[in-house]
Amino acid sequence: MANLVEIQNVSKVYERGKQKVEVLHHIELAIEQGDFVALMGPSGSGKTTLLNLIGGLDSPTDGSITVAGQRIDRMSEGALAKWRAANVGFVFQFYNLLPMLSAQKNVEMPLLLTQLGAAQRKKNAAVALELVGLADRAQHKPGELSGGQQQRVAIARAIVSDPTLLVCDEPTGDLDRQSAEEVLGLLQQLNRQHGKTLIMVTHDPKAAEYARHILHLDKGTLVEQAAAAV
Amino acid sequence: MKYFHLIWAGLFRRKTRTFLTLVSILAAFLLFGMLDAVRTSFNQAGQTANGAQRLQTGSKLSFIQTLPQGLGAQIEQVPGVKSVAYANWFGGAYQDPHNQIFSFAVSDNYIDQYPELEVSAQGRKAFTGTRTGVLVGELLAKRFNWKVGDKIPLQSTIFPQQDGSKNWSFDIVGLIHAKDRKAGWYDQMLLLHWKDFDESTPYNHGAVGWYVTRVSDVAQADRIAKAIDAISANSDHETRTQTEAAASASWVKQLADIGLIVGSIMGAVFFTLLLLTGNTMMQTVRERTSELAVMKTIGFSSRTVMGMVLAESVLLLLLGGVLGLAFATLLIPSVGAASGGMLHLPGVGAASWTLGLALMIAIGLVVGALPAVRALRLNIVDALAGR
Repeated sequence: MANLVEIQNVSKVYERGKQKVEVLHHIELAIEQGDFVALMGPSGSGKTTLLNLIGGLDSPTDGSITVAGQRIDRMSEGALAKWRAANVGFVFQFYNLLPMLSAQKNVEMPLLLTQLGAAQRKKNAAVALELVGLADRAQHKPGELSGGQQQRVAIARAIVSDPTLLVCDEPTGDLDRQSAEEVLGLLQQLNRQHGKTLIMVTHDPKAAEYARHILHLDKGTLVEQAAAAV
Repeated sequence: MKYFHLIWAGLFRRKTRTFLTLVSILAAFLLFGMLDAVRTSFNQAGQTANGAQRLQTGSKLSFIQTLPQGLGAQIEQVPGVKSVAYANWFGGAYQDPHNQIFSFAVSDNYIDQYPELEVSAQGRKAFTGTRTGVLVGELLAKRFNWKVGDKIPLQSTIFPQQDGSKNWSFDIVGLIHAKDRKAGWYDQMLLLHWKDFDESTPYNHGAVGWYVTRVSDVAQADRIAKAIDAISANSDHETRTQTEAAASASWVKQLADIGLIVGSIMGAVFFTLLLLTGNTMMQTVRERTSELAVMKTIGFSSRTVMGMVLAESVLLLLLGGVLGLAFATLLIPSVGAASGGMLHLPGVGAASWTLGLALMIAIGLVVGALPAVRALRLNIVDALAGR
């Protein structure tokens, strides 16, 4: 399969006051289209930073990042915003749903950036909610849903615009075991049945087992690549 | 428009806080509507077609200074003058000193200078033939439940009678009907005979408060005014002749600068509003930092997010402001009615609405500017990490 993500010699340095902290050192990485990669490592190893770079939320200090044939490290902030809207779906640890909107309206949000009309947006959001098993909770607000249900709404929001890539930052970090397994099963289903490419940051080895490949980061360097057990 | 539900939802995220802020904005614009009506009311005094045909001549020094009665005959000789009448301020109060009445001692032809006022032929005849007769505005009569034939006591706040008493007794002989209620306070006034007044008080000695001159041609009003003032130039009673509108404005200004008072009050109110709503908007955006970051993550551009914060701020001001002006529109007639017709407040007109809406948008933009810039500069990675 062709590479969806190609990272070459990427370094990231943060300036904290007068100090410069190099978070990532000369990362070389390629992720195939349709892959499900779990990114593991201790706290401060640079997992989220790498995920942010791949998702176009941040830019590298050095090196190049190509996603779906586009050099995103050279894009302006505005161009990156448009690129994210078209190509990436995000799932966060704390769901980050808008509390005053219903599940349906939360899922519709990425579609507001498209040319779709209101009726089509509603229809697409309903399909996404159906896919995550929450069609009957469409009009509920996040506060009326359990943690697992909120995360499934967040996944529906991430996939509703049919992005090329899904990036998930500790998607089960705030969930109990049963809910975590439901969410992970859903992510796996999106990868295996719908061909979505997923990159997931996790501390949990059991969560990582749902991925096809596991990458380990330590002190900003990729130390190991392994195929997952499942 | 497709983002409207997001803006609306953001606005009512904290319902209690938004409600209290809305009440503050509503109160500010209610006050604005009422005070602007007061200012407009004063500005409109004398600005009528008939008013343009009338000139008022008073002392150049102050409106409390009087003029000699003989001046009237000289004014009549000025080319272009149609007729001249005169009046004195009487300063009457009914029953209670708080019940001040616009009462004037006037020459017999005074009412002829005001074609916009109607008095029945019977009333005119009775007024001419009764020394203690008075003509009373319809609204004033209604206010105190007076009717033709009633004998009413008035206490003058300035002029005593020959025996030293300030209590005067008058007979109502006719009612004054103002054809245009907005034209002034004419249906609030009480007219008594200048001759009777002059003879009954030891303080006047043939003095006149001001002259009302009707001109044949409005276009000649300026020339005539100058000619009237030239009569008394370099005398001990120099005059200032103005159109009725200018005289009303000048009279009001000698009492108080209504525009300045209204402007000062509204300035203070809007400044407080600016701080209050500014604080609310800053809190709102600070609380929603992670939500704004998520929107940017999804692909909303920084400018779009900034625009939404500004729109939210303007919407907040518009909601409260429009409600405030609407309440003012509803309340003003009640205030007029409660004053017994003393106040002729015009409604909240198109000019007030336009100014009000412009203020709402301007305050909304100013108040929203700082939080909007904060939203514009929001760094996604830092915001998501809670930094």
